[in-house]
Amino acid sequence: MSGPRLLAGPDLGAGAEGYADHVRRLGPTTLAGRALIEALVRSGVTGRGGASFPAGLKWRALAATSKGSAVIVVNGAEGEPQSHKDRLLMRTRPHLILDGAFLAARTLRAASVVVYVGEEHRAAYAAMERALRERPEAERRVARMAAAPHRYVAGESSAAVHLIDGGIATPTTTPPHSRERGVAAAPTLMQNVETLAHIALIARYGDAWYRSMGRRGAAGTLMVTIAGGVKKPGVLEIEAGITIGEAVAMAGGLSEPAAAVLLGGYFGAWMPAVKAWELPLDAEALRAGGLGLGCGVIGVQPASRCGVCDTARIMRYLAEESSAQCGPCFFGLRALSDACSRVAERGTNRDDMARLKRWAVEVQGRGACKHPDGAVMFLRSALSTFSDEFASHPAHWRQQPA
Amino acid sequence: MKTEMRLTIDRIKCDGHGLCAELLPELIRLDDWGYPIIASAPIPERLASLAQRAVATCPVLALALRRESRPR
Repeated sequence: MSGPRLLAGPDLGAGAEGYADHVRRLGPTTLAGRALIEALVRSGVTGRGGASFPAGLKWRALAATSKGSAVIVVNGAEGEPQSHKDRLLMRTRPHLILDGAFLAARTLRAASVVVYVGEEHRAAYAAMERALRERPEAERRVARMAAAPHRYVAGESSAAVHLIDGGIATPTTTPPHSRERGVAAAPTLMQNVETLAHIALIARYGDAWYRSMGRRGAAGTLMVTIAGGVKKPGVLEIEAGITIGEAVAMAGGLSEPAAAVLLGGYFGAWMPAVKAWELPLDAEALRAGGLGLGCGVIGVQPASRCGVCDTARIMRYLAEESSAQCGPCFFGLRALSDACSRVAERGTNRDDMARLKRWAVEVQGRGACKHPDGAVMFLRSALSTFSDEFASHPAHWRQQPA
Repeated sequence: MKTEMRLTIDRIKCDGHGLCAELLPELIRLDDWGYPIIASAPIPERLASLAQRAVATCPVLALALRRESRPR
């Protein structure tokens, strides 16, 4: 089989595939229990929320600690502003996601399933809620919806647990990790919606089938969002391991000359376009080069835009999205954002450049969650990718839409 | 087995009072906003009692000592 897997089936424009159609098209899942966990380990399927952690290992660890009280959190918060793949999947293939969630519940002997969807993704939320109502009674009984507040950090796992338990989507101090002590103090499996959908197919066709797609040593398919300077921006399901250049060609090619690519969204990294075109879209290969796939956002930066101004705008956003709990994140990101904005608005000055470089290192690793780390890694990649622009930025804030 | 002690900090609890850096400048300095930057290396024997004092003095109990055992 080639072509799309998660997005196979009825036309996406027709909206959510109903439960009866879904079951008729795909049939029941065949793998369960330990056999499923081992198939997931062999498949190499990794988390698609951003961390790219091997799902099989996560399930194995949880199977060992669950004593019938575990909780499955279906993570559809999708707080990354440029990412659209999770909401597209929820809107069109909700039952693939729920198959994965209830497989997890049975395999890991979970007591409940929480479907956690970004409140701003109204169509996706409604589709998941409707899909849940179509499931068999035994599944419906243990599942509920929870709305993720429209905040960048709401999808972070400790923040999700905090919201589900206490109504506030702010990260908490770890350890304990939610895997050991999560929702209602029970071991909790936090899994991105796309990951669960892949698992629903692996449970039908096996790990060898999963690995039968994928190039340059990568396995399976990936959902990515291609944004910015391409002719047909949007969500694509691609074969894992194709290059960024090949993915851009699938999105209709460049709409104008490109200068850089922001890979992985605001939690990701900038790189020069010429370097990006050759990079394979594969979490493992990217990690070997010190990069990350993140949630699969490929932002193509046209040469006509100013990288310094865009970086300043995104740093402002990330500073405002700090949950204001940890000093180094709250004060540090605000100071970094202010320094970036000064360079963007008034032009390069030596003091601000020195501060940016120093703070971008000092803030690293000093928050309860990874929000400050993501922000300074993003900034450091900007300082290196746009080093010429930062070194001699004129006093302007280029008027361009965000 | 060798026991190593390290300082850890609860970043959410920490309010940047800065007492720890005053007591233990060898291992803790403050950033531009008054929040501690802690050396990641194990605490040398000669500073162990000062480290314990820094932990006890933290007004919000954000600082802690973590004991780690590792094979020699």
